[in-house]
Amino acid sequence: MSGKNRTVADIMAVCQEMFEDLNFTYARKWKDAKPGRKVVGFLPVYSPIEMIHAAGCLPLGIFGGGDQMEVIHGDAYYQSYICRIPRSTIELGVTNRLDFVDGMIFPFVCDVIRNLSGIWKLMFPNVWSKFFDTPQNYDKSIGGTYYVQELKELKEGLEAMTGRKISDADIQRSIGLYNENRRLIREVYAFRAKQPWLAPTSEVYVLMRAGLMMDVEEHNQMLKDYMAAAAKEDRPKRDNVRISIYGSFCEQPPLNLIKSIEMAGCYVVDDDYSLNNRFLMVDVPTSGDPLEALATTYIENSVETSCKYVPDGKVKGQFHVDAVKACGAEGVIYATPSFCDPALLDRPMVCNKLSEAGIPYIAFKYAENSGQMQPIREQAGTFADSIKLWS
Amino acid sequence: MSKPEAIKEPSMEMQKAMIARNYDAITSKQETGRKVSSTFVPGNLNELLMCFDIVNNLPEINAIQAGMRKASGGYIMEAEKSGHSEDVCTYVKADIGQMSKGNIAPNGKPYPNPDVLMLSYTGCYTFMKWFELLREEYKCPTLMLHVPYEGDGHSTKNMRDYIVKQLKEVVIPGLEQVSGVKFDIDRLRQYLRNSAKAEDNLVWCLEQGKVKPSPIDAYFGGVYYIGPIFTAFRGTEDAVTYYEMLRKEVQGRIENHQGPLTPEGTYFNDQKYRLIVEGPPNWTNFREFWKMFYDEGAIVVASSYTKVGGLYDQGFRHDPDNPLESLADYCLGCYTNLNLPTRVDLLAKYVEEYEADGLLINSIKSCNSFSAGQLMIMKEVERRTGRPGAFIETDLVDPRYFSAANVKNRLESYFQMIEQKRRGGGSKTVAA
Repeated sequence: MSGKNRTVADIMAVCQEMFEDLNFTYARKWKDAKPGRKVVGFLPVYSPIEMIHAAGCLPLGIFGGGDQMEVIHGDAYYQSYICRIPRSTIELGVTNRLDFVDGMIFPFVCDVIRNLSGIWKLMFPNVWSKFFDTPQNYDKSIGGTYYVQELKELKEGLEAMTGRKISDADIQRSIGLYNENRRLIREVYAFRAKQPWLAPTSEVYVLMRAGLMMDVEEHNQMLKDYMAAAAKEDRPKRDNVRISIYGSFCEQPPLNLIKSIEMAGCYVVDDDYSLNNRFLMVDVPTSGDPLEALATTYIENSVETSCKYVPDGKVKGQFHVDAVKACGAEGVIYATPSFCDPALLDRPMVCNKLSEAGIPYIAFKYAENSGQMQPIREQAGTFADSIKLWS
Repeated sequence: MSKPEAIKEPSMEMQKAMIARNYDAITSKQETGRKVSSTFVPGNLNELLMCFDIVNNLPEINAIQAGMRKASGGYIMEAEKSGHSEDVCTYVKADIGQMSKGNIAPNGKPYPNPDVLMLSYTGCYTFMKWFELLREEYKCPTLMLHVPYEGDGHSTKNMRDYIVKQLKEVVIPGLEQVSGVKFDIDRLRQYLRNSAKAEDNLVWCLEQGKVKPSPIDAYFGGVYYIGPIFTAFRGTEDAVTYYEMLRKEVQGRIENHQGPLTPEGTYFNDQKYRLIVEGPPNWTNFREFWKMFYDEGAIVVASSYTKVGGLYDQGFRHDPDNPLESLADYCLGCYTNLNLPTRVDLLAKYVEEYEADGLLINSIKSCNSFSAGQLMIMKEVERRTGRPGAFIETDLVDPRYFSAANVKNRLESYFQMIEQKRRGGGSKTVAA
């Protein structure tokens, strides 16, 4: 069902089901619907999923096991001081929940996800897998040239896996669909920033997560439907503070953590959750060489996040300051997964920049299976109160 | 009672003098006018820095020095007090904490601020953030050299071209600007010629671990053997001389059927267990850790840590005929830039070629580049070689994570398991 009659509850029911479904029923059904279809998983933070789509495959966002899955086997692969997403991803693999997945892309995030790509090769030698290293040099003629060639190699890998050629027109068509997806997502984010009481983040989050597991055209319609339906909701505006959440770009928090922050008196008006669908901040050109278009957009117009190098030290963290100002947030919660090198190494730099800009912040750690929310609620509530009283 | 002074061989004394001279060169920057860079061990471009008369300072080595002098624990806590997470790399925190404690070099003089941060980003994510953090402190130019990871188990032409282009268009112009010295490729060629000579002798020494009894310890002794090549001396005449000297010492021990010299001054000849070790050592309790091995008769015949600054034993040599390409290949081939299947292949090969009893992993809390996936590595190497593996956990320079009793217990259990295996018993793992 789609269109103006769809309610927020209808949409959320679909998204919630997909979000909780660790058997990936939607993707399995999609694959079974036509012979020869293939599914390619991708991990956080950024993969050019247009390429997967152009290969005729379903891009499937893999975000670990969340708080609903007990990790039994995965813990045997990792020491106690390593974050949870790789161990729950392995759990998904060894319990055959991903047995229908034909390929996996492990983009550059950190050394843990990087090494997980090698574990995957050892554990699942018959599944095509690719470590995808994006450039850290942002000069178009250096990093851009390198990236175009990496995209060509990704394309060749997908072609070998599917047995079909990917034309420029295929990629351009996929870029067009994902441009629309990104535009609509930006609209949802803007809608939430303007009227956060109508679009709580506990909803927006699962709407985005579901989008990274479904056909992009279906998601585009769903985004339109959600905005139309949410605008009609009769939801009271509360005396909440407006906050942004950063540091949560890879391992995702449990949904209850997001709800707890909201219940503590915070409207979340910006975040870096499941960032893949907002990593490119502008439309990718749909004319000319599509690989160059993807590369140039990445080089010139992608978000600043901890897995990227910031060449100019003077502007390190400024991206976050600007984002806070753009969405009208009154403070930042820098929430990072435990043992997350990128976010935790970045934390002093980003938070110092926030301080310099007079933006209040708090920081805490979580795991995807954190269960005790009372301390989170207390911290977030105290933070909200302090903003109301003293900012 | 203070610990007795470690007994050292002539090559160790020579290296000590080289290191002291380098620290003097760093700390006398104001008087000499020489420029100083900070850079990393993997992907170290020492020959290139020498072309610009730049002195090479390595924060990783400074952290190790602090660890061995028992100073790192205080530095780390200082960094944690100022907002750095307890979860992240202790090299970084030792470095940052040291700054707030006066930033004193091992020669007792303060480290000067670097003139350039040479961010050779090879095989370790933390490097990138470490120098972003230092950049905030020092406000000096930072030259990023991004070395792509060999995710598919090999390098590609695209990766090599990318590195060479960065060298030509970012690194070399940047170093020219910092130093005021024009780049001379023939000077680089000469240094690379020296590097290759030293590398030949290093490889010869490392390969003598195949001899029984082994005249080297490829882990605890190995960190001395790799010192000059991995740090500020690759490409120098001193390094060439050092490796000639080291080779003579190893040759002498082979002729006398001697093992390596322990810090207590005795030759370790009674070698019961031959091990391959994966992962860096612990530095805060280095001698205590080493003693646990030789007291039990365990000699390390090959290790992955001695490959962290280059896999010379697999055939790579710096090539004066292709200088920049050779630097690119060197960076790409550093151990932690290799994917896990390649690391498994290498370690399994070492177990076989060095006729080892098994693989011991020293898993380092600080270092996800090494540590993430090591349990899988152990399982795979055990499966392929049929020889037992073991797993211990320590840290680089955080003394809070060195539990001597735990490490000793696990090692003793492992050696018992090897005995059992020799008597025909089954193989199993000593789990962490």
